[in-house]
Amino acid sequence: MNKTSSTLSALTAASALVLAGCSGGSGPESTDDHPAGEITVLTNRTDLVDTVFQDYADTFNETYPDVEVKFEALTDYEGDLRIRLNSRDYGDALLIPTSNVSPNQFADFFEPLGTTDELGETYRFIHDGSYDGTVYGLSTFGSAMGYVFNRDVWTEAGITTPPTTEEEYLDALQTIKDTTGAVPYYTNYADGWPLDTLAGNIGGVTGPDALNEMITDESPWTEGKDIYAIDSLLYETVAAGLTEADPTTTNWEESKTLLASGDISSMVLGSWAVTQMQDAAELAGKPRETIGFWPMPWTTDGQFESVTATDKLIAVSKNSDNKPAARAWVDWFTNDSGFAESQGAISPLLSAEEPDTLADFTELGVDYVELTPRPTGDESLINDIANSAEITLFGNQYRQQLIDTARGARDGDKAAFFDDLNARWATAVGQNQ
Amino acid sequence: MSIAPSAARQDAARPSTRPSARPRRRKTAGWGATPWLFLLIPLAFLVTFTYIPVANMFWYSVTDWDGLALEKGFVGADNFVSISTRPEYFRVFAVSLYYLVGAGAQLILALYFATLLSFNTRFKNFFKGVIFFPYLLNGVAIGLMFLYFFRPGGTLDSTLAIFGLQDPPLWLGDPSIVNISLAATSVWRYMGLNFVLFLGAIQSVPSEQYEAADLDGASSWQKFRFIILPSIRRILGLTMILAVSGALSAFEMPYIMTGGANGSTTFVIQTVDTAFRFANVGLASAMAIVLLVIVLLITAVQRKFFPDEKATVE
Repeated sequence: MNKTSSTLSALTAASALVLAGCSGGSGPESTDDHPAGEITVLTNRTDLVDTVFQDYADTFNETYPDVEVKFEALTDYEGDLRIRLNSRDYGDALLIPTSNVSPNQFADFFEPLGTTDELGETYRFIHDGSYDGTVYGLSTFGSAMGYVFNRDVWTEAGITTPPTTEEEYLDALQTIKDTTGAVPYYTNYADGWPLDTLAGNIGGVTGPDALNEMITDESPWTEGKDIYAIDSLLYETVAAGLTEADPTTTNWEESKTLLASGDISSMVLGSWAVTQMQDAAELAGKPRETIGFWPMPWTTDGQFESVTATDKLIAVSKNSDNKPAARAWVDWFTNDSGFAESQGAISPLLSAEEPDTLADFTELGVDYVELTPRPTGDESLINDIANSAEITLFGNQYRQQLIDTARGARDGDKAAFFDDLNARWATAVGQNQ
Repeated sequence: MSIAPSAARQDAARPSTRPSARPRRRKTAGWGATPWLFLLIPLAFLVTFTYIPVANMFWYSVTDWDGLALEKGFVGADNFVSISTRPEYFRVFAVSLYYLVGAGAQLILALYFATLLSFNTRFKNFFKGVIFFPYLLNGVAIGLMFLYFFRPGGTLDSTLAIFGLQDPPLWLGDPSIVNISLAATSVWRYMGLNFVLFLGAIQSVPSEQYEAADLDGASSWQKFRFIILPSIRRILGLTMILAVSGALSAFEMPYIMTGGANGSTTFVIQTVDTAFRFANVGLASAMAIVLLVIVLLITAVQRKFFPDEKATVE
């Protein structure tokens, strides 16, 4: 009796564990002509997933009535997805976590969507989602680089046209500090990720080949080169005391309100931020036009340059059970949803118009620069070099250290800091040849 | 001699042999498998979430895996070699010293409060609640709260201004005091746990010993030194080991509040950054193993000086 009972209980326990993993369910066959079934779409927009995205799902169902779209919003999108990509469960349609996945790994996780030549005729920013001539991710929207500023504060300081050189820019910030008492520049050091966006300015000084040149350049932080200009400008701004008193206690959400109310006067960000800042202005009871967007203080032949780049890319999971429906969603979202327009951003479609948020740019006749595509087969090289050198080129850690050095919290000066970066970069370039 | 006849009669009455083959029947009803069934779920959790990941980590430390690639390349002891040849990895242990001093202060304060609140004090229970409460709060909530506390013009600065200190330093912005601020936050958070452990241990001391000490005319300090301390030796030894290993692996407070910026990086933060920022899970796993070895060494040394007393039957 004892022996049978214990065997029985052991079997029950074992089967309970095994059966828990089984899942049932099957529906109508999903094909390319007739997508059907259920798909899960992963997104980082926790603020839109219950409102705007539900409307999108309803509109999508008008064309594809048999597809049921479920959304999953992740707050720490990049971090969570990095882990999930190791499993086979990462939704059907999702955004590519580009801070973790290098282009040479696209084929391992995402379905090919077409060739670069073919899709490059319809879509902008096609090279960012491509590897070796095949497209794995389509752009959801693009941004132009520049800085958001509070028009009232700058007008009060007597500045109504954007500074055209770095000296003019620093003088302008100094004037703002002296005449208005606002903090001229807010670094958003504590949250960190706003400092990532500064890398988007690579290409604004020397041209579209700037990023590719860094792959073989042994000292990119030298005067005249893009990354030097970007980081040096940040350094000089902080060193001149034109930023907040304590960078370690900045707060991104608060910075929007501070900019709207005029307590801070500018921040270098992409144009994706303009809508957010204008929303904050509206909440603070100010007109949306209070927030403006000007190009960085670099001109080529008298014209301002602004680097445009894609934001996140949308892709189809390689391990999806319902690829036709997922592809249908990706295509609909990129072509018909109007998401980019709703964000005030640059649309991924080549045929679309410039958004209203770039009204200042249109007035100034800014020249838009799109970076040259990374060399075929070597798309990940710059990421590998940055990782070997442990310089967070597309991140924020080394920029935080730069800010610390500029404000005297860390030993050294600009020359020593940049020499160290160059030395580490040169070693990494050699290691990754 | 008087016993012999009755013993002989008793011997004859007793049955010749006892059946030795049959096993003793258990007094309580139930299966022999019951304890194992109860343990099945916790053991499953332990194996899945602790032992398997740790075994995997030992495997990762000898590869150059970046956390995402489908193939892991074997590199042998390269990761360990690169750790020992790069001094910046060990420089962060200097930051741990701040947390070590903080842990020492934490133990002393916890012991002090526990001793004080073991005896009759007014509002005893209120103070116990106040001291233990921070331990129940979520670490992220505490981190955010203290960010507001430490910011220029924040709570701390306003309080100091009431007392006349007009020019406070930048508590988190100044790299020479950022670690002190963070260690202090850590102490505030974890003191409650040590306090409760000590409280329990002190209260297990029988009160007759205090009465005897009073009769002998002992002062409070002598009572503490000769009655309380020896009784709580084991708890004291345990918490010291926990404090030292906690100081070496300090992570929660600095990561939430500064992310390791401004010279507040600890060894574990550096490990996490290596794994996820620089996509080098292999190297980070090797760093984690190095930390494990260091903690084991320190524990072994501490056990030598505070040997475990053998449990004796009273």
